[in-house]
Amino acid sequence: MYQFSGKLKTFSLALIIFGVIGIAFSFYNGSQKTLEDAKHVIEASSSEGHGSSHGEAEKAAHVTEVKKVDNIVSGVHDSGKNVDKTMSGHGAHDDDSHAEHVLHQLQNRPWSAFYVALFFSLGITLLVLAFYAIQRVAQVGWSVVILRVMEAITGNLLPVSILMVLVVIASVMHLNHLFPWMAEGTFDTTSENYDPIVDGKSWWINSTRFVIRSIVYLLIWNAYRFFIRKGSIKEDTANDGNKTYKKNYNASVIFLFLFMITETTMSWDWIMGLDPHWFSTLFGWYVLSTLLVSALTVIAFFTIYFRSKDLLPGINDSHIHDLAKFMFGFSIFWTYLWFSQFMLIWYADIPEETTYFVARFTEYKLPFLGMVVMNFVFPILLLLNSDYKSKPWFVFIGGVVILAGHYMDVFIMIMPSTVGANWYFGIPEISSLCFFIGLMIYTTLRSFSKANTIPKGNPFLKESEHFHYYNIEHSDEGSTDHH
Amino acid sequence: MSHYEAPIREPLVLGDKSYHDITEDIAKPIEGAANKNWYIAFYISLAAMLWGFGCIFYTVGTGIGVWGLNKNIGWAWDITNFVWWVGIGHAGTLISAVLLLFRQKWRMAINRSAEAMTIFAVFQAGLFPIIHMGRPWNAYWVLPLPNQFGSLWVNFNSPLLWDVFAISTYLSVSLVFWWTGLLPDFAMIRDRAVKPFQKKIYALLSFGWSGRAKDWQRFEEVSLVLAGLATPLVLSVHTIVSMDFATSINPGWHSTIFPPYFVAGAIFSGFAMVQTLLGIMRKVTNLEDYITRMHVEYMNMVIILTGGIVAVAYATEFFIAWYTGSPYENYTYLSVGAATGPYAWAFWSLITFNIITPQLLWIKKFRRSFMITFIISIAINIGMWFERFDIIAIVLSKGHLPSTWWRFEPTFVDVGIFIGTIGFFFVLFLLYARTFPVIAQAEVKTILKSSGEFYKKRSEQGIPTKPAIVVTSAVVNDKDSDNNLNG
Repeated sequence: MYQFSGKLKTFSLALIIFGVIGIAFSFYNGSQKTLEDAKHVIEASSSEGHGSSHGEAEKAAHVTEVKKVDNIVSGVHDSGKNVDKTMSGHGAHDDDSHAEHVLHQLQNRPWSAFYVALFFSLGITLLVLAFYAIQRVAQVGWSVVILRVMEAITGNLLPVSILMVLVVIASVMHLNHLFPWMAEGTFDTTSENYDPIVDGKSWWINSTRFVIRSIVYLLIWNAYRFFIRKGSIKEDTANDGNKTYKKNYNASVIFLFLFMITETTMSWDWIMGLDPHWFSTLFGWYVLSTLLVSALTVIAFFTIYFRSKDLLPGINDSHIHDLAKFMFGFSIFWTYLWFSQFMLIWYADIPEETTYFVARFTEYKLPFLGMVVMNFVFPILLLLNSDYKSKPWFVFIGGVVILAGHYMDVFIMIMPSTVGANWYFGIPEISSLCFFIGLMIYTTLRSFSKANTIPKGNPFLKESEHFHYYNIEHSDEGSTDHH
Repeated sequence: MSHYEAPIREPLVLGDKSYHDITEDIAKPIEGAANKNWYIAFYISLAAMLWGFGCIFYTVGTGIGVWGLNKNIGWAWDITNFVWWVGIGHAGTLISAVLLLFRQKWRMAINRSAEAMTIFAVFQAGLFPIIHMGRPWNAYWVLPLPNQFGSLWVNFNSPLLWDVFAISTYLSVSLVFWWTGLLPDFAMIRDRAVKPFQKKIYALLSFGWSGRAKDWQRFEEVSLVLAGLATPLVLSVHTIVSMDFATSINPGWHSTIFPPYFVAGAIFSGFAMVQTLLGIMRKVTNLEDYITRMHVEYMNMVIILTGGIVAVAYATEFFIAWYTGSPYENYTYLSVGAATGPYAWAFWSLITFNIITPQLLWIKKFRRSFMITFIISIAINIGMWFERFDIIAIVLSKGHLPSTWWRFEPTFVDVGIFIGTIGFFFVLFLLYARTFPVIAQAEVKTILKSSGEFYKKRSEQGIPTKPAIVVTSAVVNDKDSDNNLNG
């Protein structure tokens, strides 16, 4: 059994408290924004490049560019809106409505910062759960000694799910402007805000169904986590000829079946829905890949930590090597899907789809390109070597870059749709990140302290304890003590 | 790799086999004479192949107009068959490369034949890009060669050119990977051969393999590196094939999900073909102890998984086609328009054979049954052919302009060429089954003592079975000595 370490408890709680304060401050700050501020931002943008300080000039440049993008986007949207009517340009946007749009973006910022970190945290936890289910279904031998680590991380699922429900309900209650289709009058033909494109999708995009679907996803995932955790602990002492083990196996098969469906629809609802005019068939799996790499990295982090505290008997460098191989392999898989989606849209250049990347490429150039470097170039160079992959500190360094890169990926999925050009990495983003990192550390360690660190009753435990990948030299064993 | 194996795992080699028994079993079909059934099958395949060649010569001599294509549907059976054959090939690489990376021991009984299937299927696929050209004698222009037209080069922006690189690289790498694995097995046949001519042939094929420790060590390294390279290759090849469609602006073709979805479909159809072939082969070559129910069940599980991925992709295509709000998407291959239009039979064949039928494999009794597996595998082969046909022909039959709406009717030449490639494939596969060791004996011998039925039973009863079960520092040496027997 593991005793929740006092130092880490304090550390994680400090992160959570720091996060809460920062988030509260950001929300207060965001809610103070007025139409005047928005007009300021717009004005600053018209005097492009004449800001007195470097920072201002940069900010101004940002805003101008988003205006351009806005025009492109709204031009396209307008032409879409008026398929049957005459083409109307973006002249329909008078100053006030533009200012209001910018104001919504400013007000969205604390929400978006929170939402990015929330989705990332929820997604990682979910994918740890899915990876765990895969280990069970595939009857994997090597990973049994770290199954409890994965289980512990999924302890984070319930609190983040509750927060997700709160955000979903807050959005439906118009407390924010994250989802443009939730705006007043979108489905009302007499309203100025009427959007025929979104109205055409109202069978899927509507508040009631959105809330129901969101809750159903979360219920399914949490139900499996609840069931499997209980079943897994029961396995330790069951001694019933693998009956409990087989029950857990079946539950995992059912979960994976449902996961494949809910993951796809979840990404449509929670991320693709932020841009209700845009669509991409690959999107669900692309989101899956980014979360999967991050989940594997988080598993590796906690494994390395617990191992350093001697809590995981039976684990050795070969296990680390396998985890790092997964991080490496799925980093490339992520790149494959990222490139497939990007290239196909770039190649065909159909206006409805291209706007998505135009906005990202013009407004978010550095994070957009930086993320490819961090998520692809860095892992492929760092984690190709077999010796490196078995060194915990090396995997840790690689992992930090991978996690930061995939945070940026989620950032770029969400931010351009909600805050547009008014993005910055500041207090709202940092404090939200701190909050969720603290929460994950706290829930994981708490969960880990509640059960045996090794699943004693698993029929493959011995295989896992004797696991030795053929070309890996184990650092923690003498020459006489080979497995 | 640990030699301990959990007792819960089912044995992969049945019966009380020794290393020598494995050699005998695998060498038997090569050293014996072919029976009547083999000749019947061979001559039927040969006849189909020659008929297909006739149709190809007729096409090239007369012109593409002898096919059922028209000015709107410029691709139909030709590219359908191309994608179908390439897809079938993918299971071979998946089994030998991806399953190697995932350390799946059960791959060892099936990887040789699956790789052979890959190579023969890629041969068939490779015919179509050439014969569907209007001027196939200018086919070499697709290569970026310096020339007398002021060094006129190719445009690297076309996915059809990427196809050239993808398929040729895929064929070469698969061939090298396959052949490397064959070296110890050819050496085994060479060492057993009594006829001088046979000895000479297998001596040539085995490149003087003598099975020293250093050779084995490098052999394993090479296999691992090639598996690591073949995995992205196999993903990229079918991705590039999918981009023939996905880079276009045709509704129904332009879809970002195509790359992973085609790859999943390729694995799905490829595994179905492996099931079809091995279902027969295990019987006629008496290799039932190596290709067991367990192998069939595992392959069926892969089929369920990839079939599930494909089903999610179908649902996504169907949903997003509606979600786009674009009226043009109403006639794509997975749309309400397709389900009710003139190609409804093709649409529903796809759904029935690809999505509904494979669901039977959820039932354990069915996925462990050779007969039902065989039938379902054929259904999937048909279903995946329809998938490609639907994607290509239905989408092209109703494009943006209603005045270009047309239908496709295949001619006997279209059908004849397809039958010809099936014949050609089986000619190659039948010859292979008589002359090549169809199971990688060197690999199976490495798992005999950890996963063989006899040894597993003994270790469960606590009878020491040296040396494989005992977990000691001598793991590396054990492996070498096991492998060094070399038949």
